[in-house]
Amino acid sequence: MSDTLLKVRDLKIGATVYPPGEKPRDIEIVHGVSFDLERGKVLGLIGESGAGKSTIGLASMAYGRGGVKITGGEVWVNGRDILKTSLSDIRKLRGGEVTYVSQSAAASFNPAKRIMDQVVEAAVEKKKFTRKEAEARARELFAKLGLPDPDNIGNRYPHQVSGGQLQRCMTALALCPEPDLVVFDEPTTALDVTTQIDVLMAIKEAIRDTGVAALYITHDLAVVAQVSDDIMVLRMGDTVEYGTTDQIINNPQEEYTKALVSVRSIEHEEKQPTPEPVLQVDGITARYKGLNFDVLHNVNVEVHPGQTLAVVGESGSGKSTLARVITGLLPPRDGEITFAGRKLSPDLAGRSREDLRELQMIYQMADVAMNPRQTVGTIIGRPLEFYFNMRGAEKRKRIVELLDEIELGEGFIDRYPAELSGGQKQRVCIARALAAKPRMIICDEVTSALDPLVADGILKLLLDLQKIEDVAYLFITHDLATVRAISDSIAVMYQGRVVRYGPKSQVLSPPFDDYTDLLLSSVPEMHLGWLEEVVAHRKMESAGN
Amino acid sequence: MHPIIKLVSQRIALGLLLLFGASALIFGLTEALPGDAAQAVLGQSATPEALANLREEMGLNRLALTRYAEWLTGILHGDLGTSLTNGLDIAESVGSRLGNTLFLAFWAALVSVPLAIFLGLLAVRYRNRWPDKLISAVTLTTISIPEFLIGYVLVYFVAVKLGMFSPLAMINDSMSFWQKLNAIALPVIVLTMVVLAHMMRMTRAAILNVMQSAYVETAELKGLSNFKVIWRHAFPNAIAPIVNVVMLNLAYLVVGVVVVEVVFVYPGMGQYLVDHVTKRDVPVVLACGVIFAAIYIGLNMVADIVAILANPRLRHPK
Repeated sequence: MSDTLLKVRDLKIGATVYPPGEKPRDIEIVHGVSFDLERGKVLGLIGESGAGKSTIGLASMAYGRGGVKITGGEVWVNGRDILKTSLSDIRKLRGGEVTYVSQSAAASFNPAKRIMDQVVEAAVEKKKFTRKEAEARARELFAKLGLPDPDNIGNRYPHQVSGGQLQRCMTALALCPEPDLVVFDEPTTALDVTTQIDVLMAIKEAIRDTGVAALYITHDLAVVAQVSDDIMVLRMGDTVEYGTTDQIINNPQEEYTKALVSVRSIEHEEKQPTPEPVLQVDGITARYKGLNFDVLHNVNVEVHPGQTLAVVGESGSGKSTLARVITGLLPPRDGEITFAGRKLSPDLAGRSREDLRELQMIYQMADVAMNPRQTVGTIIGRPLEFYFNMRGAEKRKRIVELLDEIELGEGFIDRYPAELSGGQKQRVCIARALAAKPRMIICDEVTSALDPLVADGILKLLLDLQKIEDVAYLFITHDLATVRAISDSIAVMYQGRVVRYGPKSQVLSPPFDDYTDLLLSSVPEMHLGWLEEVVAHRKMESAGN
Repeated sequence: MHPIIKLVSQRIALGLLLLFGASALIFGLTEALPGDAAQAVLGQSATPEALANLREEMGLNRLALTRYAEWLTGILHGDLGTSLTNGLDIAESVGSRLGNTLFLAFWAALVSVPLAIFLGLLAVRYRNRWPDKLISAVTLTTISIPEFLIGYVLVYFVAVKLGMFSPLAMINDSMSFWQKLNAIALPVIVLTMVVLAHMMRMTRAAILNVMQSAYVETAELKGLSNFKVIWRHAFPNAIAPIVNVVMLNLAYLVVGVVVVEVVFVYPGMGQYLVDHVTKRDVPVVLACGVIFAAIYIGLNMVADIVAILANPRLRHPK
């Protein structure tokens, strides 16, 4: 019994919402959640956005973000109910007994202060260590977390280290005061897969070596399976399933958990290339104004009618730049683009309306890609007016057809974007692109901002629409699972170059080049012990070399 | 070259260019006014012959550009010209006046800037609670009342009724430092009340803006007290906008104190300028214009440079 560090009973959390044009009202976002966490154990909280997982994590520090308030229940840390103690007691707990690692270390470090000052601040403030002791401990943690130059990295400012390094610094910040519990809130979500694996391993080893307990919050079940002892699945503020990691992954009981475990099960038969590609990118080299180096080097790819080319790479690989070149937003320095048998003007101004119509685009952030003051009907109707000069009943009929195609239906025609969920917004963006009857659509990370199950639905929809409309996709993504699910051919990009290109079956089969191998092996897999296997495998390989 | 040095020298060069432009504008505008110095000296009833003679004598017949070049060269050598009305060297008379104005501005700034920032921090600490509302209400009231009214009210109640401080702020070189301070106490209070609200509200807004950021949440989750969160983590990131508004107000303290100087009969630049404007003493107006422009541009340049220096990305490049 004494080993229970964190005991949460019937936790209820509320928030005040401000719907436009209505009176503010209080809603409940977590409806009575209970769990226990023993010393030195890791509990994974998993769910989609809106599940309340971050809110529950912060509640273990008696903290409510924005207008969020804890309205009921008990949170016992080290044998006392922190919801009933004074603010000064809670301040002793925060940064002392319980610490926090946020999703974006880049935003969570104060840009105006050196890393070391921020890492040791809580420990010194709580008089747990003297400044000197705390700095020594921080340097030890930097080394343990695999940061380069651990003795001096603390002297740098946050902008002087990379995102992955900063995330590890944040972990050091959380571990520095020797807490009993660390709340990890999506600590690797913002990182590239190849970086994620290192940070994940660093976090896991740090947890093991310091004997600290942790709440690990994420939407990625494959990730949480690697680090946690128990898992709690949450959905819209309710517990769906709570059990050991082994039981949740290998023997899920609830339908929702089963869906999460088996997500990304889309089967897509690869199509054969046609003799006549719809898009040909020949020797494109491009750079941004004011930079003295090229962002794209001699890129050659083709997209075939009714097929999907997935362009995959990590942040900074040049995949979005390629989309900007193809759409004419960034004229290339060299090379040319052939589309539907005709050469495209390098810049947007030189393209005909037909060029524009046949090449549409869907963006990552559906939120900001729509005018919030226009209804769904206006948004989808705009390309119909612009390209086909449709008006009145004819236009409305076509809008309804498109809404049916994206599985929303006529009822949505008068709604505003703010009234739609993330997945519905992306569907409207798809309908807007389809309205132009394009030959090809560039999809730039269209599922990255969505929850896995919703993203799955969008991918299925895109595949169905491809069959009906015979439209080609150039699909930009960093997510290899998405690539597997929808592509016919794949281009792997790294530092502005296409390092591997060909039909899906060929690109995803060995022998691999080094980068593709690294990329493929870094995608978390939904089985226990995957992380150790990969890391051990890599160590063996580097020893073998 | 370190990017900071490059950016700062760019700022300074731009400031000088702007000052040059301002001098041309001031000169051009006084040229565009009807009548000229000769007319002003001789008055409306002067004969055309006398006017022509005086113009010849003063060199007013030459090209405007030539006269501008001469005037500018003079300024660069510290020669601001001679006053038309009293024939005194402008640089000399301005010298002591400017000193007085800067003395007043300095003390007003010394009181108002720290007070404004402190009140701003206090308002953030107790945001939307009564201390915040009280601070906002009081400072907004003082900025809304015209300064001459505040001046007269203070003179009547503080100086006349209570007998504290001198009702007139006349100072001269024979006074001791403490006597001078006693003399300017009331104008300093009035100026402080006028500039306080602006700076305090900007401090509050800039810090509140920063308070939304994730690193402030990190600081709160470290269990720091509210004031430490604001002072250590929010304030350093809010310096740039605060310095900007502080500099605008400092410039106002130098350039815009005419009314207060007149109310308290303070021998500063404002009084001097007003006196000579009424007498159409163009060389004095020109000289004052350039000095005010230089102070304004200089202070804003300092604000820009502080903002550059306050940015850690520029101070410590990758």
